[in-house]
Amino acid sequence: MSEVKKYLISRIVVYFLEILFALSLCFIIIRVGPIDPVLEIINRTAAMSEYIDPESAESLRETLMELYGLKGSLLEQYEHFILRLMKGDFGPSYSIFPTPVVEIIQRALPWTLGLLFWTTILSWILGNFIGGIAGFFKERGWAKTLAGFAMIIYPIPYYILALILVFLLAYLLPIFPLGGGGIKYVTFSIESFFTYIRHAFLPGLSLVLGSYGWWFISMRNLAANTRTEDYVQFAEYEGLSRRVIMFKYVLRNSLLPQVTGFAVALGGIFSGALATEVVFEYPGVGYILYMAATRGDFNLMLGVLVYSILAVATATLIIDLIYPFIDPRIRYK
Amino acid sequence: MEARSIYIKRFRVILKRNLSLMISFITLTAIFILGFVLSFFSPYDPRRWGTVPSDLPPSWTYLFGTNSLGQDIFWLLTWALRNSLILGFIASLAGLSIGIILGVIAGYKGGLIERIILFFADTFIMMPTLPILILVSSRIKGTLNMFILGLIIASLTWGMPVRNIRSMILSLREREFTYTALFSGSSFIKILFKEYFPHLLPWILASVMGRTLFAIGMEVTLAIFGLSTLNEATLGTMIYWANKYQAMFRGLWWWIGFPVIFILILLISLYLLSSGINEHLNPRSIRGQR
Repeated sequence: MSEVKKYLISRIVVYFLEILFALSLCFIIIRVGPIDPVLEIINRTAAMSEYIDPESAESLRETLMELYGLKGSLLEQYEHFILRLMKGDFGPSYSIFPTPVVEIIQRALPWTLGLLFWTTILSWILGNFIGGIAGFFKERGWAKTLAGFAMIIYPIPYYILALILVFLLAYLLPIFPLGGGGIKYVTFSIESFFTYIRHAFLPGLSLVLGSYGWWFISMRNLAANTRTEDYVQFAEYEGLSRRVIMFKYVLRNSLLPQVTGFAVALGGIFSGALATEVVFEYPGVGYILYMAATRGDFNLMLGVLVYSILAVATATLIIDLIYPFIDPRIRYK
Repeated sequence: MEARSIYIKRFRVILKRNLSLMISFITLTAIFILGFVLSFFSPYDPRRWGTVPSDLPPSWTYLFGTNSLGQDIFWLLTWALRNSLILGFIASLAGLSIGIILGVIAGYKGGLIERIILFFADTFIMMPTLPILILVSSRIKGTLNMFILGLIIASLTWGMPVRNIRSMILSLREREFTYTALFSGSSFIKILFKEYFPHLLPWILASVMGRTLFAIGMEVTLAIFGLSTLNEATLGTMIYWANKYQAMFRGLWWWIGFPVIFILILLISLYLLSSGINEHLNPRSIRGQR
C-alpha cells in the first residue's frame, strides 16, 4: 500500500473514532444528572397541553424511553442510542412540538453556515495578512498600534463584543437593524440580497473582530520569528527586494502553521458564532440552541450538539487532508 | 529558593520596563481588592432582591446605581468579581493539572500510551465547548454551582495543555542536561521537578491567566443561555438579568454598562499579563494558545 493511502485511511479512521467517542460522551451526559429527562418532558408536555390522558402519557413515556435508549441492558441502550444518532433521528422537538428536530436544525443550518463561512475566511485573511506585515515591521510605530488593538480585542468573548456592537451601531447610532435575519423566504433578487447583508453585517462583524485578534497575534509572532531565520538573512544579503522577501520568504513560510491553527480554532469560532446569534436573534443554529436551552428541550439540544460535532470534525478532517498539498515538506510519512 | 528569588527579581525589572504589563498588574490588583477584600464589607447581601430602591442612577449613596430588582450594583459587582475569579481559577487550575500530568506522561512514555492520550486530547480540542456545556448544565440545572461549573469547564478544556506540555517535554528530553542528569543517576521524577520545572514555569503561569480569562468568558456566554448559576452573583448572571429586563433599551445604562466595563478590564488585563509573562520570561515561545 502506498504511503498516501496509509495516511488517508488512518486519518479517516481517527475521524470516525473521534465522532464515536464524542457521541459516547453525549450518551453519558444524557444519563448523568439529577433530572430525569423523560419525566421532565412529560411534565412539560402536560403543562403545555391542558389534558393528557394516562394512556397517551404511557405511550409518550415508551417512545421517550426508546428515544433516549433507556430500554434494555446498558450495552443495548448504548448501541441503540448511537445507531439512532447515526441515522440523524433525534425525535420530535418539544418546544416546537411535533416538528422533528432534524427539520428545525436543517432550516437553521444555512444561516449559521453562511455567516460562519464568510466571516472565518475574512478574519483569517485579514488577520494573517495584517499580522504578517506587522510582524515583519515589528519595531515600527504603526505595527505596535495595530498589535495593541489586536491584543485588546482578542480576550473579549464574542458575546460581549456583539453586545458592544449592538449598543454602538444599532442603539446609539441606529445604522443597522437590531436583530432577525431580514428575509423569510429565499428569493434571488438584489433587494433581498441587500436585506440579508444588512442583517448579517453586525453579527458578521463581531465574529470577524472576535477571531481577527487571534490570527493577527499568532501570525505576527510567526512572521517575527521567521524574519530572524538564516535563509531570510541570506535573502537580504542577496539583495532581493523587500517586497519579495516579505511575501515570498517570510509570509509564505509563516502561513503554514496558521493552516493547522485553523483546524484548532474552528471549535472556538463555532461556539462564538452560536453565542453571537443569540444577541442578534439571528435565525441560525445558535438561536435554536438558545430556544432549546431556555425551554429545556433536550432533543433539540442533543441534535444541535451532534450536528456541531459533525461539522467541526469534518472541517478539521478536510483541513488535515488538504495540508500535505500546501506544505511541501510533508510527504505522507 | 534561588530560582524563586531570581523570578521575582526579573518580574520586577520587567514590570518597570513594560508599561502595559505594569498597568494590567495594577488593574488586576485593584480588581482583586474589590473582589476579595471589599466584597466582605457589603452592608447587605447584594444578591437579595428589593434591599434598595430600584432603578436609581449612580450617586454617592449608590455608587454604580441600582437595578430594577432592587439590588445595589456596586456591591453586587464586588461579589460577582469574586465569584467569577474563583470559578475561573478552579477551571484553569483543574484543567491545567489534568493537561500537565497527561502531557508529561505522553511525552515521557511515548508509544501506545502517548497515542491514546493524544487521541483523547485531540478529540476534546476539536469538540465545540459551548454546545456540550449547554447540554451538561441544563442536565444538572438545579445543582449547578461555581465549583461544579468550574470543574465541568476544566474537564472539557484539558486537551490543549497536553499537546503543549508534551512537545516541551519532548524537546527538553533531547537536551544535554537531561543526559547528564540521567547518567549521574537521577530519576525521571527528580529531573522533572528540579530541571524541567523552571523551564515550564513561565508557560504554566501564562496559561493559568489565559485559561482563567477563557473560563470567565465561558461563564458569561453560558449565562446568556440562562444556564449559569443564576442565583449566585457572577459577571455572567449580572448581564443575564440586565438583558432579561431590557436594561439597555430602557435607558438603565449603568445596570448593563458597569458589568461589561469590568469584564473588559478584567479580561484584557489578564490577557496582557499572561502574554507579557510568556513573552518576557520565555522569549522563544510562540504565544500560548488559550
